Amino acid sequence: MADDAAVTTASESSATSSRPAAGTTRTGRPAAGRPAGGRQTNDKNLRKRLEIAFFVTPALAMLVLFVVWPVITAVQMSVYRWNGRGPMVDFVGLANYVSVLTDDVFVGSLVNNLVIVVASIAIQLPLGLAIALLLNRKMWGQGMLRTIIFVPYVLAEVVAGVIWFQLLQPYYGVLDTLLQAVGLEPPPQGWLGDPDLALWTVLVILTWKYLGLAVILFLAGLQGVPDELYEAAQLDGASWWQVQRRITIPLLGPTIRTWGFLSMIGSLQLFDMVWILTKGGPANATSTMAIFLVNEGTRSNNFGIAGAASVVLFGIALVMAVLYQRLILNRDKGVA
Amino acid sequence: MTRTMRRAGAVAMGATIALLATACAGQGTADQDTEETASAGGDVTIEWWHNSNTGEGKEYYDQVAADFEADNPGVTVQVEAMQHEDMVTKLQAAMQAGTDVPDVFMSRGGGELQNDVDAGLLRDLTTDASDTIEKISSFAGQYTVDDKVYALPFSMGIVGFWYNKDLFEQAGISDVSQSPTVEEFDGYLDKLEAAGIDPISVGAGDKWPAAHYWYYGVVRECAFDTVEAAIESGDYSDECFIKAGEDVENIIAAEPFNPGFLGTAAQSGPTSASGLLASERVGMELAGHWEPGVVGGLREDQKVPDWLGWFAFPTFDGQAGNPSDQMGGGDAWAVSQDAPDAAVDFAAYLLSDEVQTGFAELDMGLPTNPAATGSLSNETLAQLIPVRDGGGETQLYLDTRLGQSVGSAMNDAIALMFAGEAGPQDVVDAIEEAAAAQG
Repeated sequence: MADDAAVTTASESSATSSRPAAGTTRTGRPAAGRPAGGRQTNDKNLRKRLEIAFFVTPALAMLVLFVVWPVITAVQMSVYRWNGRGPMVDFVGLANYVSVLTDDVFVGSLVNNLVIVVASIAIQLPLGLAIALLLNRKMWGQGMLRTIIFVPYVLAEVVAGVIWFQLLQPYYGVLDTLLQAVGLEPPPQGWLGDPDLALWTVLVILTWKYLGLAVILFLAGLQGVPDELYEAAQLDGASWWQVQRRITIPLLGPTIRTWGFLSMIGSLQLFDMVWILTKGGPANATSTMAIFLVNEGTRSNNFGIAGAASVVLFGIALVMAVLYQRLILNRDKGVA
Repeated sequence: MTRTMRRAGAVAMGATIALLATACAGQGTADQDTEETASAGGDVTIEWWHNSNTGEGKEYYDQVAADFEADNPGVTVQVEAMQHEDMVTKLQAAMQAGTDVPDVFMSRGGGELQNDVDAGLLRDLTTDASDTIEKISSFAGQYTVDDKVYALPFSMGIVGFWYNKDLFEQAGISDVSQSPTVEEFDGYLDKLEAAGIDPISVGAGDKWPAAHYWYYGVVRECAFDTVEAAIESGDYSDECFIKAGEDVENIIAAEPFNPGFLGTAAQSGPTSASGLLASERVGMELAGHWEPGVVGGLREDQKVPDWLGWFAFPTFDGQAGNPSDQMGGGDAWAVSQDAPDAAVDFAAYLLSDEVQTGFAELDMGLPTNPAATGSLSNETLAQLIPVRDGGGETQLYLDTRLGQSVGSAMNDAIALMFAGEAGPQDVVDAIEEAAAAQG
């Protein structure tokens, strides 16, 4: 911008003055030199901007096509009653939102999501931390153990879901067969078919699936704890537990809080694994908000309700994300 | 390095522009093609979507298309044979967009067809295919909206109990009635239980197989006209709907179902309800005319087992429904609103004596043209024909009949009933509420 102004001033002065001195500047350098240098800088800027445009345009086009446009469509859909046939003409205002927020299944799904958020953090945090601390010590088979714990996270949700679905088949599945072999009676409706057990079974599978991520992140965080602190603690005669409590865990704080954020958002959007395992059943016992909206949209053709549910889900996730940012992640500002 | 990056940037930008331009151009071309097809007086192309995408069925339909082309010079039939779920998804997307709807495609009738008609997507076939409609008139009702026929049913099956004759014999049930009373049916359950055999498999995890019990309860307890009147008015206060729920509750109370039935899938894999019947782990399963094919497909030898038998859903004392009425459904050929006249001729040709006979000989479904009903090769399937055509009405699967919105709400409530978390009144309430919400 500053260069642009200089170019304009120079050309204006040359156009308005007939004095011979007009060809020179106050510094005595030929005036022609400045406009030439300005053009170069200007060309550079233009090229830079074009370059930025070249690189950003594809990503921007994808973002608009796959994120912005669907979001706008969902909001539009949420204020119409629409069965997916023909144009949206039946405007119902906020009626779909009222239906969603007073629907027992949606409220139950929201509660399930919150249970999964809390339980995921409550179970995976201590477990992941304990395993990470264990694996951070030099021990035999350390690499293999890390791999074993991380493999479930790498598996596709659908693959993991199908494997667990088959393992947990009532009576004929591996787990029930083993239980029967040792004289134990499996639950009559199976682990995924009993409304009282299904959500907890899903939680166990989610823990198995996502514990690896927590462990790997914590292990990465542990690499950032300076060795000098451990050495100093050792010289002071601190016990292993004191070292973990006073040094390791506090310094791992930012990593834990970042993992907690990922875990929370993932739990709120949970769909794939539950869909494969239970489709939200039995008796909606494992339904999540994402399952509710997919059911309403693709199975029931209530696209307006599905749109409203997706906006509500988005709103809840946004509010929780902002609160988490303000209340928890803000503590890490400037830590890096 | 910088130059390489600039080139890469230019290539990326160029590719994006090309991609978007191609997408726009592609759309233009498609529209153009459609216009050409519709406006040309001579050559015409008909796009036909069906789900017989493997084996003899696909070959047969390819031949049918070729035969039609040979008989109608200038007409080209563009066949799209897709896996069923893919076809349903693609159709759904086409219907939502309201564009690129194929000229001839499969419709299941009922509320779904009504939605397509309301959106102006289907062609009225009443006059243009009147000869064909006359032949299959007893099945045209579910494809009629405001006295106009919008699809030509080519296969109509019924739901009943598919059972394992060997396991029944093993349980001491030697005389199986083709149309048992509920007392006889309860007797089967008791004897199978006593022999240590799980009597019935049901895929309640997928909801609709469980919902079939309630639909059949309605067919038995309610007169056909009562059901039609309730659907028309949205008023389900007739006591027969509650009785239907009570009948289902009685069956559930007898605990005849496979372990874990609340989470069991309908047909996918060996642990599904059909898989359990196929692997001879249960005595029977309530399912439609597709079951021999599904069971055969889930067996190692891929063949329909000899032991597979069929009997109708039981009748109940004092029921208001005609004992000859059955519940079932099928598929029909619908023609899109913008399709050329040749598409109507083609849909009618698919219902001709010749094509329906070939269809029956390959056991691709239960033909609706009376000229073909004696041509089924599979004896187990053939035994459904006299029951279906026995003078009673065939009530379409109620979720299809009521449309997806109301149908899903109903199925959800019935699944809750199977889980012991809803009663007969809850099912009726769910239907009425969903129907009212539809406006």
